Amino acid sequence: MRLVKQLVLTYVLFFAVAIRANTITVCPTCPISSVQEGVKAAADFDTLRIKKGTYKEFNIVVDKPLVIIGENYPVIDGEDQGEIITIVSDNVTIDGLFIINVGTSYTADYAAIRVVKSQHFLIQNVVLEKLFFGIYLEKSKNGKVYHNKIIGDAVEEFNSGNGIQLWYCQNIEVTQNIVQHVRDGIYLEFSDNITIENNTSTNNVRYGLHFMFSNDDVYTNNVFENNGAGVAVMFSKKIKMHNNIFKKNWGTASFGLLLKEINDAEIFGNTFEENTIGINIEGSNRVEYKGNDFLNNGWAVKVRGACYTNVFKNNNFMYNSFDLSYNSKLNDNVFEYNYWSSYTGYDLDKNGIGDVPYRPVKLFSYIVNRTPETIVLLRSLFMDIIDFSEKVSPVFTPDNLMDVRPLMKKWND
Amino acid sequence: MLKILKYSFYDLMRSRWSYVYFIFYLILGFVLLFLNHDLSKAVITLMNIIIVLVPLIGTIFGVMYFYNSKEFTELLLAQPIKRSTIFLGQYFGVASSLTLSLVLGLGIPFVLYGLFMSDAIWDFSLLLITGAFLTFIFTGLAFNIALSNENKIKGFGYAVLLWLFMAVIYDGLFLLSLIVFEEYPLDSFSLAATMLNPIDLSRTLILLKLDISALLGYTGAVFKKFFGTNFGLIVSIIVLVVWTWIPIWRLSYKSKRKDF
Amino acid sequence: MIKIENLHKKFGKNVVLSGVDLSIDKGGIFAVLGPNGSGKTTLIKSILGMVLPNKGTITVMDKNIHNSWQYRQEIDYLPQIANFPGNLKVKELIKMIKDLRQKPSDEEKLIALFGLEPFLDKKLSNLSGGTKQKVNLVLTFMFDSPLIILDEPTTGLDPASLIHLKEWIGKEKEKGKTILITSHIMQFVEEISDEIVYLLEGKIYFKGSIKELMVKTNQTDFEHAIVAIATHTDHA
Repeated sequence: MRLVKQLVLTYVLFFAVAIRANTITVCPTCPISSVQEGVKAAADFDTLRIKKGTYKEFNIVVDKPLVIIGENYPVIDGEDQGEIITIVSDNVTIDGLFIINVGTSYTADYAAIRVVKSQHFLIQNVVLEKLFFGIYLEKSKNGKVYHNKIIGDAVEEFNSGNGIQLWYCQNIEVTQNIVQHVRDGIYLEFSDNITIENNTSTNNVRYGLHFMFSNDDVYTNNVFENNGAGVAVMFSKKIKMHNNIFKKNWGTASFGLLLKEINDAEIFGNTFEENTIGINIEGSNRVEYKGNDFLNNGWAVKVRGACYTNVFKNNNFMYNSFDLSYNSKLNDNVFEYNYWSSYTGYDLDKNGIGDVPYRPVKLFSYIVNRTPETIVLLRSLFMDIIDFSEKVSPVFTPDNLMDVRPLMKKWND
Repeated sequence: MLKILKYSFYDLMRSRWSYVYFIFYLILGFVLLFLNHDLSKAVITLMNIIIVLVPLIGTIFGVMYFYNSKEFTELLLAQPIKRSTIFLGQYFGVASSLTLSLVLGLGIPFVLYGLFMSDAIWDFSLLLITGAFLTFIFTGLAFNIALSNENKIKGFGYAVLLWLFMAVIYDGLFLLSLIVFEEYPLDSFSLAATMLNPIDLSRTLILLKLDISALLGYTGAVFKKFFGTNFGLIVSIIVLVVWTWIPIWRLSYKSKRKDF
Repeated sequence: MIKIENLHKKFGKNVVLSGVDLSIDKGGIFAVLGPNGSGKTTLIKSILGMVLPNKGTITVMDKNIHNSWQYRQEIDYLPQIANFPGNLKVKELIKMIKDLRQKPSDEEKLIALFGLEPFLDKKLSNLSGGTKQKVNLVLTFMFDSPLIILDEPTTGLDPASLIHLKEWIGKEKEKGKTILITSHIMQFVEEISDEIVYLLEGKIYFKGSIKELMVKTNQTDFEHAIVAIATHTDHA
């Protein structure tokens, strides 16, 4: 009986809202011919239908709960004047707009869509081009950024903005977005409990995804390809990184994933392919690396010191020029049950685990760290000979650094 | 020249050694594929083997053939044939029969394991092209050594030394000089040093394909231009052609001025 | 036919020919003789262009042979050591030489003469020295060239073949060909040669008929005459 009552109540409430919520149509030839006028004319919880056309507007402030829906992608052209849409109210939905020409400034971070101190917002199916900042979430909570396409034209770091930026935000989902050619594809600063899923972040000038001082965030199933440097996770705690693809991040200081001062993170099931450095680690502790694939990277993992009690387990290291590089003689990290394509040992007892340990750090990687030009001697017979002698009696590389239980076959094969 | 080439080629195609070489590669290919079940990995292993082994076999075989066919050469010298024709014909006969053994010996197992349906086909083709270049270069160098040394033992010795130098010692000296002069900008020097040794040069071609991610990690502008664009590939191939041409040219020059 | 002027050749410090002047007319058999190391083979190889002189000119059939190879089309040469690519069959070798020279040839008669039919399908590496020499002879005589040069043609031959060889050389001579021979078998030389060229210490020491040689050395026997000419110079 209580259930029926509740249902009835819900229906009544729903209709009450539906009746009260009007739809206002905006088109270039309509009585209301601009979005700004539309917002002014609308009451709370109204729907604004923007018809196809070009609207040359900027500084549209949405200060009441509204649904703004574009039909067939109407164009909102900011003409490089400044910010275009600023949301300062809770419960705002923006859907299906094509926003171009955000103003570039060295003093103000103009965005195509900015959400300020608001909750329960939804930004979806929006296309942004010629932008400075794309979607900028500021001190906001409980919102969604879903299925947007952000295509910038950034060339240099100093005069470009980020695709999706979160600053002091909480509980936000960023899913199925495509971000290209901006500074950082997705940037998080002081933002906790954020979920980043199924996004594609490519060809960005700096990072595909960038965390600063953000904790308890999860990013899964994203693709980061051909960025200045894949993903940077810095000064953050308890980040979960699952099933992402880090690909073709090439260049001098380029990497698939950078960890700097990261504690208690999970890195599971990711693929690192053809990066100059797969993962670059500095000052990171208690990080678990499991079930990742490292394919054809220059360096699969580069450890730059002060990294303790990390665990590498069940990863596949295949065809990397160097599997692992260490710049110190100490090792406090555990490597076990990984598959190494350059492992040459045997498995006489047929338990699937190699009978001799594998040493992933080669003397040559030590030499290359010292004298980078020696990289041209990679794969030469001479190098193989000295690597072999180092393998027999380690002098320059940590002697306890080895996978005592290397797998004979690829993990999960 | 084609006639001499044809006869030298036929002669070699019937000799036991060609088959030994061919069967060796055949077995190598099958064993690698059997152990790995993975074309890409087998190709990488093969590359490591080929840049060392092909020069060795080319050198030994070249010297051996030259000395063994001394009387045959004299027979030809008395015939109305130009001298350079005789030597170049023999050279191309040896080099192409070695190349054929290499291509077939490795090609058959890889094709049977489904090379044409795999991504490794480009790497594999590069491998064979590099192998062919190395065969031609080192057979040419071997012919030159043999032509300049009447004494068989000496000739063999020099040939093996040449191989040892190019394959191992050169890289050792190279590494040493890089470490000693590490404060100086070395990228031009290291690229030049690579160009001066055909084995290193072939290795570079392979690196361009397999280790591009690592190579792009280095900061030097010259490196970046070399490895980051097609420039490196083009330069390497041109220099390999030059390396092939030098022994051939010297062979034809010296053969015109030698007594038999 | 052949004209050699002031021919000098040294290998390293070792002077082999020092100013050879020789003129060989068309027609007849000329034997080049001399002790070991006197430069016989070097002289012949110079004519063939295999050895390049330090000084002097060689003219074959009125053409300077320097930097030329086409003139060898007119020469049939029998090398001293008969060693051929081992993997070829006799038949194939004959075919190959024919292919290389592109000249009409008449090998059948020679093969029959030396009884080589059973060996035609054998590989050269499986033949005995004598049989190889027979193959060598076939390869030389199967073409019809005006100049024939034979370096030790009798090596390893059995008596029957030796007789066949002599007959054949005789026939070639009758065709008006010029034949140059080196040999250590004095009896053979005496039997067939018309004229003798005696080389010593890199020079032509004697050129003339056998009779003239015997007159010069006061010997009645050819072999002794040859020995005498050699020792004579020792005292001189």
